[in-house]
Amino acid sequence: MSAATAALDERLVETSPLRRLLTRPELGSVVGALAVFVFFALAADGFLRAASLSTVLYAASTIGIMAVPVALLMIGGEFDLSAGVLVTSSALVSSMFSYQMTANTWVGVGVSLLVTLAVGAFNGIMLTRTKLPSFIVTLGTFLMLTGMNLGFTKLIAGTVSTKSIADMEGFPSGHAVFASTLTVGGVDFKITILWWLALVAVASWILLRTRAGNWIYAVGGNQDAARAVGVPVAKTKIGLYMGVAFGAWILGQHLLFSYDVVQSGEGVGNELIYIIAAVIGGCLITGGYGSAAGSAVGALIFGMTSKGIVFAEWNPDWFKFFLGGMLLLATLLNTWVRKRAEAVK
Amino acid sequence: MSLVELAEVSKHYGNVRALEGVSLTVGAGEVTCVLGDNGAGKSTLIKIISGLHPHDGGVLRVDGEETRLASPREALDRGIATVYQDLAVVPLMPVWRNFFLGSEPRKGKGPFRRLDVAHMRRTTWEKLRAMGIDLRDVDQPIGTLSGGERQCVAIARAVHFGARVLVLDEPTAALGVKQSGEVLRLVARARDEGLGVVFITHNPHHAYLVGDRFVLLKRGTMVGNHARDEITLDELTRQMAGGNELDDLRHELERA
Repeated sequence: MSAATAALDERLVETSPLRRLLTRPELGSVVGALAVFVFFALAADGFLRAASLSTVLYAASTIGIMAVPVALLMIGGEFDLSAGVLVTSSALVSSMFSYQMTANTWVGVGVSLLVTLAVGAFNGIMLTRTKLPSFIVTLGTFLMLTGMNLGFTKLIAGTVSTKSIADMEGFPSGHAVFASTLTVGGVDFKITILWWLALVAVASWILLRTRAGNWIYAVGGNQDAARAVGVPVAKTKIGLYMGVAFGAWILGQHLLFSYDVVQSGEGVGNELIYIIAAVIGGCLITGGYGSAAGSAVGALIFGMTSKGIVFAEWNPDWFKFFLGGMLLLATLLNTWVRKRAEAVK
Repeated sequence: MSLVELAEVSKHYGNVRALEGVSLTVGAGEVTCVLGDNGAGKSTLIKIISGLHPHDGGVLRVDGEETRLASPREALDRGIATVYQDLAVVPLMPVWRNFFLGSEPRKGKGPFRRLDVAHMRRTTWEKLRAMGIDLRDVDQPIGTLSGGERQCVAIARAVHFGARVLVLDEPTAALGVKQSGEVLRLVARARDEGLGVVFITHNPHHAYLVGDRFVLLKRGTMVGNHARDEITLDELTRQMAGGNELDDLRHELERA
């Protein structure tokens, strides 16, 4: 037994640390992030100031909070096109329930959590029951939510945005949890950065060290093989969609408590940004491969690019152009790195 | 007593008769070969024994007890493990994660309940080693192993998880001569350790090397069920190839 263990350890040493590093899914994105960082550090004067980096981190966190569960879902082999508007739906439900029922804002926050998770469960159940592609199922949810966001808001509030909940009971504590600013060493940091990091940590733990994580990789990598060895494929996928919904709830509450009103038309198009962040972070579009940390690096590249362009005093219209180029480059780099890593034995 | 017994089992998909009146038995330490051409009903038979699709007619007995397997999980719990030709593993996942997929050992409590990674790595390596597969690195994606090695991992996994009956779906179909030999050796080893093996194949030569019983399927029905001492390899090959049809074909080709 101990002899076998020793032999095993001895063999494991044979794999070079370099190769092990090269096989990490997030490697390509880390290289890309460093390149973007150096680029803006040289091109934009104020980029390296602590306040600027805090802004960059905030921008990254609002994408990263969603990119983490979206990455998990992609590793599980599925998409969620409704993720962007679901954030707005979550904020709207919270705001309008609190306002209309004149209850404590925390009641609205709780109701919003239930409703948002229900939408996630709906996506997952529709997908696993109908066996339709997730592209179609969540495109349907996306359109329905977009319509409901506008429709219900106009019906209830009379306009396209909700009434302010800033003077309601529970708002200060809600603001503290979801939208406060922490000062560390004289620099202001938004609390969303903590939410983001916590989500990355929890998601990494789930992926790498739990049974559920093994199942997520398996259903994305080979669904039939997973089912044949007894992995609950449907439950895993429904759970992943509910994870996306949970992220949407956190971000939705953040938006609500930051601005105390919600614009009902927002969120459209953000679902693609989350997917892009996950792909830049090394998730395979076909599933079965990727990491939570990679999605965080993808979100960081987004944050650096969107704010870096502002600091460099360029026209922000170019943001999308940069993004597209980045996506292509990152994906090419990922593919190249993975091929090399698999060839070196 | 036989581990698994099928008596006059049939299966219909809508108005398609996929399997009709098929009987077979497999006991401990026995290899029952199921032979048939494409479309003979081999896959349907596997699905019934492995719990993917329950049978419509006839009787399925496990340990002499009449039963209907409702899911692969239930079949596994009864000790029936199926190793599929193409969907046995998740290619991008490391060997050790594949080995324990669906039955992961855990340690710790509450939210810190986690995979016992060290145990999983070590066990995978030891079990494969015991099967004669010497892997350098259990962390490599299983997709980088050869086809024969992947089959062996899947078989080793089934044996480790207490399978008493192995159902092998054309394990040698996509393999070269040498790799087929490795897999057949593993089948013989499993048999010698007292497992029952249902070996599905369309290769009579491979079947005859390890088989104790031979069940021949053709267009969803059973056309032969022979013990090893009742049939020769030549006769098996002839029946498998379609018997008289082959003779006709020979004449036809000779004329041309």
